[in-house]
Amino acid sequence: MDPLREPLVEIAGVSKHFGAGATRVDALRNIDLTVRQGEVVALLGPSGSGKTTLLNVIGCIIAPTEGRVTLDGELVFNDHWLRGDLRRLRLDKIGFIFQFHNLLPFLNARDNVALVLTLAGEPAAVAQARAAELLDYLEVGHRAAAMPALLSGGEAQRVAIARALANRPRIILADEPTAALDSKRAGIVMDLMRKLAAEHDACIVAVTHDEKIYDRFDRLFHLRDGILESQKEKET
Amino acid sequence: MNLAYRDVRHNLFRFLLTCLGLSLLMAVVLAMIGIYNGLVADALNIVKAPQADLWVVEAGTQGPFAEASKIPGSTRDAVARLHGVAEAGSITYQTVEADHAGDTLRLYVIGFEPGRPGGPQTIARGRGITQTHFELVADRKTGLSIGDRIRLGRDSFAVVGLVEDVMNSAGDPAAFIALSDAQTLQSQLAPPAQRVQTARGAGLLESTDTVAAVIARIEPTADPQDVAQTVRQWKHLGALTQAQQEQILIGSVVDRAKRQIGLFLGILLTVSAVVIALIIYTMTMEKLKQIATLKLIGAPDRTIIGLIVQQSLALGMIGWSFGLILILLIKDYFPRRVVLEPVNAAALAGIIVVVCIAASGLGVRAALKVDPATAIGG
Repeated sequence: MDPLREPLVEIAGVSKHFGAGATRVDALRNIDLTVRQGEVVALLGPSGSGKTTLLNVIGCIIAPTEGRVTLDGELVFNDHWLRGDLRRLRLDKIGFIFQFHNLLPFLNARDNVALVLTLAGEPAAVAQARAAELLDYLEVGHRAAAMPALLSGGEAQRVAIARALANRPRIILADEPTAALDSKRAGIVMDLMRKLAAEHDACIVAVTHDEKIYDRFDRLFHLRDGILESQKEKET
Repeated sequence: MNLAYRDVRHNLFRFLLTCLGLSLLMAVVLAMIGIYNGLVADALNIVKAPQADLWVVEAGTQGPFAEASKIPGSTRDAVARLHGVAEAGSITYQTVEADHAGDTLRLYVIGFEPGRPGGPQTIARGRGITQTHFELVADRKTGLSIGDRIRLGRDSFAVVGLVEDVMNSAGDPAAFIALSDAQTLQSQLAPPAQRVQTARGAGLLESTDTVAAVIARIEPTADPQDVAQTVRQWKHLGALTQAQQEQILIGSVVDRAKRQIGLFLGILLTVSAVVIALIIYTMTMEKLKQIATLKLIGAPDRTIIGLIVQQSLALGMIGWSFGLILILLIKDYFPRRVVLEPVNAAALAGIIVVVCIAASGLGVRAALKVDPATAIGG
């Protein structure tokens, strides 16, 4: 970890619990975590360890019960943050990559990417041009007019990555990004994500169970029962 | 980028099938409105046809449509002489069944005096009655053609002209004949029954020169109410203005049928609203994962609401359009007249818009409650 690089995700003393009394579940307990520009980190742990909850907190989807979350220098979940502000923050600063791509089935590949730009207020022509450029860059430009149902798993995941990058986000959150891919394609996708993070001065936080790609991450955070047990840096 | 349109285009066949189902429901709603209008129009047509200002009937009755009325044939001369009356004519009404081309025809026979008020106003084909006896002008719905002959009572009548949309409130098409023929037809019974009556000596003193009503047209300078008041001074006669006659028809003759159809129409509209709400809700529930993804990538609520409401309105409006086209194509095949005014179709369109927006409420509520976190994970 290079301390000179700009921190994009800063989690300090974050706890999250659901329910109360006998039914209370502590999903996250006093988590401290910092991810810097250009870093690609993984959240690991068994099912129910709190990985997805932490991803949701970083993605401004759920608010922590305690602690501070700072994204790209902005302290979020303060009293002055409204639901609409968090939505706008997600749109401007965070890109999401899903396990099953989650492409909208009624839009073709190019429109799936352009949609994010349109939502951000870009004119249609600009959005379409940028979407085409991104798809070309990810080597799926020839499939721009194809509907998601007609894309292979690898093609769909590349389109999903293009969509996540469309607004030039500083933070990319990925949920099991390679789970639906074979090991060869998983390696290609991870290399691509690393390259894009470096080029866009972004960071990537991924939840994964895929041991084959552990070596592609700069750091691995292990969670168990909502506690950040350990973090391991990549050996260089 | 219109998401509602893209989604519809992606599932076009299913969407059109849903629209088709809805359009059949809309066609039934429009048919009921048309039948309701037709009922009122038919009832009023028969009373409007003579273009009368005043109806002179038997005292104490609301004849000749709501109640039976029988007055002497000489009443016409007395009414015609009244101050303010421009012209008057005697008229009779009776429902008759006659055989024609192997079928039984139910006719609403109107007896009138040719050259006086009470006859058909517009002849669609052929000519009016010019002979004193045995000529007939029929409504097209009878199925009769010019030159046909039809037996009414003991006499055979030649069809010389055709009119359109003249029928009574029961939907029986009209047949105009000369008053003298109508009076003969009224007094004719089946031969065996006639013989029995003659043997009993019944009816010997009873005049056959009776009519159901005398209709009068009033001079522009005269007030129908004043003339009616004058007529009422003859204790055996009553008088109704045209407006009163129309009110009686709508208020009593077609009122129950009107309310029945109105209630049925209300039920149909309620069913349509429930069906639209269910379709929209189901369409939304099928898209929950996509809606969660949209929320997660930062789509504002208005984009999601727009997706649902626009599809709902498209469904309603396409269903309404198909339904309207369908009913316009088949309305002439209905046994009763179906009268659809542009204002009816526009009113239904307005109701459908309101129903669609209200019905979207359930879907919108479900969509807004979707947690974007559901897009993450399998």
